[in-house]
Amino acid sequence: MDLARTEVDKSAEAVAPRSRTRSRRGSAARLGLMALPVAFFAVFFAYPVTAIVARGLHVDGVWRFGRITEVLGQSDIRHVLWFTTWQALASTALTLLIALPGAYVFARLDFPGKQVLRAVVTVPFVLPTVVVGTAFLALIGRGGLFDELWGVRLDTTVWAILLAHVFFNYAVVVRTVGGLWSQLDPRQEEAARMLGASRLTAWRTVTLPALGPAVAAAALMVFLFTFTSFGVVQILGGPAYSTLEVEIYRQTAQLLDLPTAAVLTLVQFAAVGLILAVHAWTVRRRESALKLVDAVGVARRPRGAGQWTLLGLVMATVAVLILLPLGVLVQRSLAGPDGVGLAYYRELTSADGGAFLVPPIEAIGNSLRYALVATVIAVVIGGLAAAALTRRAGRLVRGFDALLMLPLGVSAVTVGFGFLITLDEPPLDLRATWMLVPLAQALVGVPFVVRTMLPVLRAVDGRLREAAAVLGASPLRVWREVDLPMVRRALLIAAGFAFAVSLGEFGATVFIARPDNPTLPVAVARLLGRAGDLNYGQAMALSTILMVVCAVSLLLLERLRADRTTGEF
Amino acid sequence: MSTTRTTRTTSRSRQSGKSGRNRGRNVVAAAVAVGLGVCALSACGSGGGSDKADAKKVTLVTHDSFNVSKDVLKDFEKRSGYQVTILKDGDAGAAVNKAILSKDNPQGDVFFGVDNTLLSRALDNGLFQPYEVKGADGIDARYRVDGGKHRVTPVDSGDICVNYDKKYFADKKLAPPKSFDDLVKPAYKDLLVTENASTSSPGLGFLLGTAAKYGDQGWAGYWKKLKANGVKVVDGWEQAYNEEFSGSAGGKKAKGDRPLVVSYASSPPVEVLYAEPQPEEAPTGVATGTCFRQVEYAGLLGNAGNTKGGKALLDFLVGKEFQADMPLQMFVNPVVKGTKLPELFTEHGVTVDEPQTMDPKKIADNREPWIKSWTSLVLK
Repeated sequence: MDLARTEVDKSAEAVAPRSRTRSRRGSAARLGLMALPVAFFAVFFAYPVTAIVARGLHVDGVWRFGRITEVLGQSDIRHVLWFTTWQALASTALTLLIALPGAYVFARLDFPGKQVLRAVVTVPFVLPTVVVGTAFLALIGRGGLFDELWGVRLDTTVWAILLAHVFFNYAVVVRTVGGLWSQLDPRQEEAARMLGASRLTAWRTVTLPALGPAVAAAALMVFLFTFTSFGVVQILGGPAYSTLEVEIYRQTAQLLDLPTAAVLTLVQFAAVGLILAVHAWTVRRRESALKLVDAVGVARRPRGAGQWTLLGLVMATVAVLILLPLGVLVQRSLAGPDGVGLAYYRELTSADGGAFLVPPIEAIGNSLRYALVATVIAVVIGGLAAAALTRRAGRLVRGFDALLMLPLGVSAVTVGFGFLITLDEPPLDLRATWMLVPLAQALVGVPFVVRTMLPVLRAVDGRLREAAAVLGASPLRVWREVDLPMVRRALLIAAGFAFAVSLGEFGATVFIARPDNPTLPVAVARLLGRAGDLNYGQAMALSTILMVVCAVSLLLLERLRADRTTGEF
Repeated sequence: MSTTRTTRTTSRSRQSGKSGRNRGRNVVAAAVAVGLGVCALSACGSGGGSDKADAKKVTLVTHDSFNVSKDVLKDFEKRSGYQVTILKDGDAGAAVNKAILSKDNPQGDVFFGVDNTLLSRALDNGLFQPYEVKGADGIDARYRVDGGKHRVTPVDSGDICVNYDKKYFADKKLAPPKSFDDLVKPAYKDLLVTENASTSSPGLGFLLGTAAKYGDQGWAGYWKKLKANGVKVVDGWEQAYNEEFSGSAGGKKAKGDRPLVVSYASSPPVEVLYAEPQPEEAPTGVATGTCFRQVEYAGLLGNAGNTKGGKALLDFLVGKEFQADMPLQMFVNPVVKGTKLPELFTEHGVTVDEPQTMDPKKIADNREPWIKSWTSLVLK
């Protein structure tokens, strides 16, 4: 698809030899499109984060960069850096190992219930860590399934962290790699086999190189998510393990040691920037030079013992690693005081519990409302950004692409505290408003919108637009009749993903959500923070509701996916 | 509105337009859209928040555990004419730190919930302005720490103590531990779970309790013994109490196997209150010789927008109605002498006669070094 674009551009130049004005106009248009996303990120991300870092390092009018070497010289900080890095590497390797067969199965095999299952394996990714931690503990913690079957307990070991990271990121690999895999033309591999290559050789020399960039991109995303892991490490790792993100939280929220927190934030920034730069590079490689086909028609019913075994193995993995922990949440939410029933769910409608000023059930309404507003913001900002990025990328644009991803790699506590000290004066006195929650959620949603929209927008054949323009359509009409119908589906999927991610966003929301308007994840955390059977049961019930809402929205997305290429998530 | 504008801008600038002027207009349009967006946002900003100029509104900044009965709060609003906004701003530590960070332009008028372990940090950073509440004489003199300066007012107290699972000890025919000394005895090996002192407030309280009991030099030795006796450390109270402790409702479900946990003296009444049906007797008990007293303070924020309303709110916090309401809302003890305790507390709670205590100044001086050496001693 990229090739087609290049051709169009060349022919356009041949017809109208005004390439310099063209490109100048192009960059003006790009600037216009980028203005809103840039402003959004400047105000709601760069400014707060810079302010909180400056509060730590800019003392008495002087930048104290000496603190950087000072802090990094401490042995416990170096230990944190080392642990953060190696656990992320190990988690990434383990995730690839476990999820790549899954990617194949979901891409190439047809089996009943595939759509539902695809949605279900994505649920962990959008669930808040506090819920995931609790669910996971029920699997590998004391009295968990592993414990009862084999007496194996993994909580407070590094294995718990690694496995939970696999649980979280399974969908990243399945969707990123599987998405591409399902669109690789199988005839290329078949041709290699016709020419005498063994099945393995054909796969190694044809499919694997084609998949390479997608695998690399997925690996980098998993590395990014695990490098910045917070809740999982806190809940499952116990106090002996600390990642950079956990340490930033501790230094900021608990110890108020802002200089140390600032240094660590800068270190994480550098690391995340590097990861994103490499990621952007692999994405560019993947988008060019691949022959893709429609996914429909590639997947076949499994044939032969090998494929059936693989399918069985993948199903078993999904069942143990993903369905089971989620199932335990449901089971605990139903195990009421007088046997199985809906007692905890009923309790959610009463405000007597005391954990909130409102019945916990209202958190559902709040969550949906916030997530909707966040989705609108994310789609507008992300859509504009993706439109700007669609144009032939210069260095500036690539940098912008990476910039949009940065919020995924910056500690929520940094953003939250940054909001607190920056958005406090008119015209941006937002601290006391509910708008702050959707804004923070949108920061996390935008990268997903961009990543979903971009490949689709880039695939729209530019000749169609030019043809319409030549035939006299106004620019607006061209957009409405050419672009919109082609990207409508991607837009919906992007919106759906932003919605699900906003729904589960916890880190930043917990810092800024108002007590009378808790979101679902915040409500779960509050309930878990109190003693007593009813509070615990209600936390499980709310988690289950959150899970179901996420699963339903993801399932709706699955129905939309059908046959077209729809980005990376 | 700004949304539709922006979308249109997108569509136009994506076309290969006819003239350069058109482009320029697009940029302007985009800039306008940004402006509109920001304006729209700031408009809802001034609409929804606590308006400083409004003398009829007063805002209480506090931590997540704060609670008050609706009726009690309504009653105050009716009597005083103020409309109260409650801003729960994270756990106790985070709430204090946020208040300090935003002290030049605070989010409210009164802060409630800085405890004796963090009090010095708040005072040293000049978080509060002085105000002597009405009826200050009625407050238990032990808790009035700020000399004659009245920058903070004690509001409640609670005890961080080891709780035990009654059933476990009855089944084993073992007497539950009573004191710090008991906890290191072989009979109680591998039974206790506590919280990380650097991330959890009961965890820190328990550490301070041992420091108060065994002294600056002795506490490390005690923890060595405790570690040898199999103490387990988890990050937060939630995990310790709801996952590891065998006596709590959550812990039972999670098949917790530690019958001893560092929690609060008020946890047993809570277990009774939130059980359905309520049991005759609390399933857990308190080792009264392992307690550290925590006192929570409130104060008028330095740059409060509504000092008058803030003062009225502080008076309310130490008033009879609120003090009597507190125990069942936050599971803490009142500090105003003569406040009647609810039946649930007198029946299922315990009175801790000789808790460990420590001067906030001493805590401030030693907190960081102690946590550091505790971490390398116990966790590494």
